[in-house]
Amino acid sequence: MEALRMKGIIKDFGSTRALDQADLVVKKGEIHSLLGENGAGKTTLMKILYGMYEPNQGEIFINGNKVVINSPKEAMNLGINMVFQHFMLIPNLSVTENIILGQEETKLGVLSYKEARKKVMQLSEQLGLKVRPDMRVADIPVGEKQRVEILKALYRGADLLILDEPTAVLTPQEVKELFKVLKALKENGKTIIIITHKLKETMAVADNVTVLRNGKTQGIIAASEATPEILAQMMVGRSVILEAVKEDVNKGRVLLETKDLTLGKKLKKINLQVQQGQILGIAGVEGNGQTELLETLLGLETATSGSIYLNNTDVTQKAVKERLKIGLGFIAEDRNDRGLVNGFSIWQNSVLGYQDRYQKNGILNMQKIYVASRQIVSNYQVKVENIFSKTSSLSGGNAQKLLVGRVFYHDPEVLIIAHPTRGVDVGAIEYLHNEILQLRKKGKAILLVSADLDEVRQLSDRIAVLYEGKIVMEGNTSDFTEEALGIYMAGGDLVNREVVLS
Amino acid sequence: MKLWQKVGSLVLRLFLALFTAGLVLYFSGYSPLTAYKAMIWGAISNWDGIALSLVQATPLIFTGLAVAFANNCGVFNIGAEGQLYLGAMAAAVIGAFIPPLPHFFHLFLALLGGAIFGGLWASIAAWLKVKAEANEVIITIMLNSIGILLCSYLANYVFKAPGPVAQTPEVHASAALNRIGTGTQLSTALLVGLGLIIIIWVVLYRTKLGYEVRIVGANPRAAATAGINVAGMTFVALFISGALAGLGGAGQVLGLHSRFIDGFSPGYGFDGIAVAILGGNSPIGVLFAALLFGLLRAGGMVLDRTTKIPVDFVLIIQAAIILFIAAPNILKFLKGGLKSARTNTKQ
Repeated sequence: MEALRMKGIIKDFGSTRALDQADLVVKKGEIHSLLGENGAGKTTLMKILYGMYEPNQGEIFINGNKVVINSPKEAMNLGINMVFQHFMLIPNLSVTENIILGQEETKLGVLSYKEARKKVMQLSEQLGLKVRPDMRVADIPVGEKQRVEILKALYRGADLLILDEPTAVLTPQEVKELFKVLKALKENGKTIIIITHKLKETMAVADNVTVLRNGKTQGIIAASEATPEILAQMMVGRSVILEAVKEDVNKGRVLLETKDLTLGKKLKKINLQVQQGQILGIAGVEGNGQTELLETLLGLETATSGSIYLNNTDVTQKAVKERLKIGLGFIAEDRNDRGLVNGFSIWQNSVLGYQDRYQKNGILNMQKIYVASRQIVSNYQVKVENIFSKTSSLSGGNAQKLLVGRVFYHDPEVLIIAHPTRGVDVGAIEYLHNEILQLRKKGKAILLVSADLDEVRQLSDRIAVLYEGKIVMEGNTSDFTEEALGIYMAGGDLVNREVVLS
Repeated sequence: MKLWQKVGSLVLRLFLALFTAGLVLYFSGYSPLTAYKAMIWGAISNWDGIALSLVQATPLIFTGLAVAFANNCGVFNIGAEGQLYLGAMAAAVIGAFIPPLPHFFHLFLALLGGAIFGGLWASIAAWLKVKAEANEVIITIMLNSIGILLCSYLANYVFKAPGPVAQTPEVHASAALNRIGTGTQLSTALLVGLGLIIIIWVVLYRTKLGYEVRIVGANPRAAATAGINVAGMTFVALFISGALAGLGGAGQVLGLHSRFIDGFSPGYGFDGIAVAILGGNSPIGVLFAALLFGLLRAGGMVLDRTTKIPVDFVLIIQAAIILFIAAPNILKFLKGGLKSARTNTKQ
């Protein structure tokens, strides 16, 4: 039986068409994956279902009945609930208070907290959603917060649950936990839609997959019949090589080294070495000191103690500019924040950080800049009208290619690359990974920080795990299983869990 | 947006502003048509009117450039008025108290003094902003009062010329900016201003300094990541901004009044803010905005002489212009009502 049918949905934002005749059919009691690249229209489609956007055209049927949903409240009344990527919890309230928020039961105006707590506990046990009802939300880990969000939705009587990129903030273990929960919910008759762009997860948990591309439904396929290759092709519209081929490369001298690098309480005695032709991956759950490590290595922050060596030069006290001059290339973790200047044109962004090379006596050599900019655009496949357009007109993937291209083009010896493929589509990921491996082959020393564990594992020669500002484990990539990495990322150690490392 | 669309939209906004100001006048019981006719006729129909407009526009070119330059670095310099006074006083003192020198050399010294003192005055704000994280808006606005009153003290006591008026002695001819034509108050200060428009354009768009200044203004975090010294750029930008305003003051002294007169500026520094905003913080835009404001001021003077319409009408026009220019969505708003303007902001 159909829980949901969305038919011919069209949604325009100004002159851009976000959804173009999108269809979605979800059976009752299944886990349905809504798969697509960034900007394919997944979240827009779900926000229409949740009453947050009004479609320009199209029909929605819930359990076979045609409905019009004008607000999230109306959606909730129809048993639809959505858990957003950014949690909507109130940190200072307890788990129970958060769950019953807006659905409080009162006796003569007094909140019957005990009964509410009991009800929450019942629901929690019944579905295997482990939460601690009296904890303050501010004090619980991300995975538990997500379970609170899901419980909140169920408490409101949700039959159809929409989860927007639910695994984006979780460790591999937490992802497994989540999938268990989702399967338990399914057995309890709930219908679940997960919005995702991750192929592996889709395969692991979904019954059926609907793929969106450019606002159009590309097709629906049973997960059992799908392979990552098929799904990737549906998402991108051409065949994609998912796993970059890593050749053996001879390692050379150590070009980047830190000794007991410490930054206040954020980084604790970090010791790292990166050789020529080597990629060192930093794995870790976000917020464990990655940003601080990046900023200290670049020179935006000055180390409290310890030292940093670039090509055997002590740069601990040196300014950003000098480090760039020595041959450091830096790809910022957020291209819209520290990476690109969005009100500015492509050519202006093409030389940022390298403007010294394009001037004589303080006067910019415009011809030289234009030439460099055109080369970056063509070498790194940035799709633009011309170099005079603004970077804000670029899609995520193209903006990232420009950022990466800018640094690669200026030929640094040491690269610090943060989240190179965040918010980038599958096709561009393939391309960017190959470019990074090319640099490795050329003998560059590369430090890679990424929240995407698969990316770290695929590209790195060695992996160091960052947890609460400390490197808790370091070793060759082949030494780590995905599970072991997950345990270290969560601050555990393998001895107690009887997992043995080679 | 294409260039012609931009210009078209600008012209449309100007007309709407004039229309709105006209409505105010109409409901106050005056004829807007008479007023506009008198203003425009007075300000551009003859050489005297044009000269008067240009005289009024001259200091605004300097202060407009000053504010625009700082804005390009993301620093809001409200202190152009104070910097203008300091620059004027420095030029007046150098022009009058240093014995006559070869013409260009003396003039150059006086202008340089004006620029340096204007720049130093702004640097106080820069220093406090960089060292103590003080808000430059508050500091520059406070420094206005301090600067104006300091100059007033100097004109009343230290450098006072004999006589009842609070003013410095007349500058030597070797330090004066020549008049353009006879019988007008127009001086070569205008040419200095036009030269600066070109120089500042080149600095902003064709030099490494300008590139870095603008990057800092647009995204200081990206600038720092690219190795640009953000605090240093803030300093440089405010110094240059102050120097431009100081040159404006020097131009008034050396070209128009021949001396520093207490309270000589009717708010050129503040009008510079409007000129910079109207000109989109670009040197070319500043030029046109300064000319427009000069024309309005000159027209206002003619209005005062020839009609009974209060000269404050000019202020209403200025306010309406700023309102219509500074609110980019106002055309959409007028076209499609509030709702569509809102959806467009969302995008």
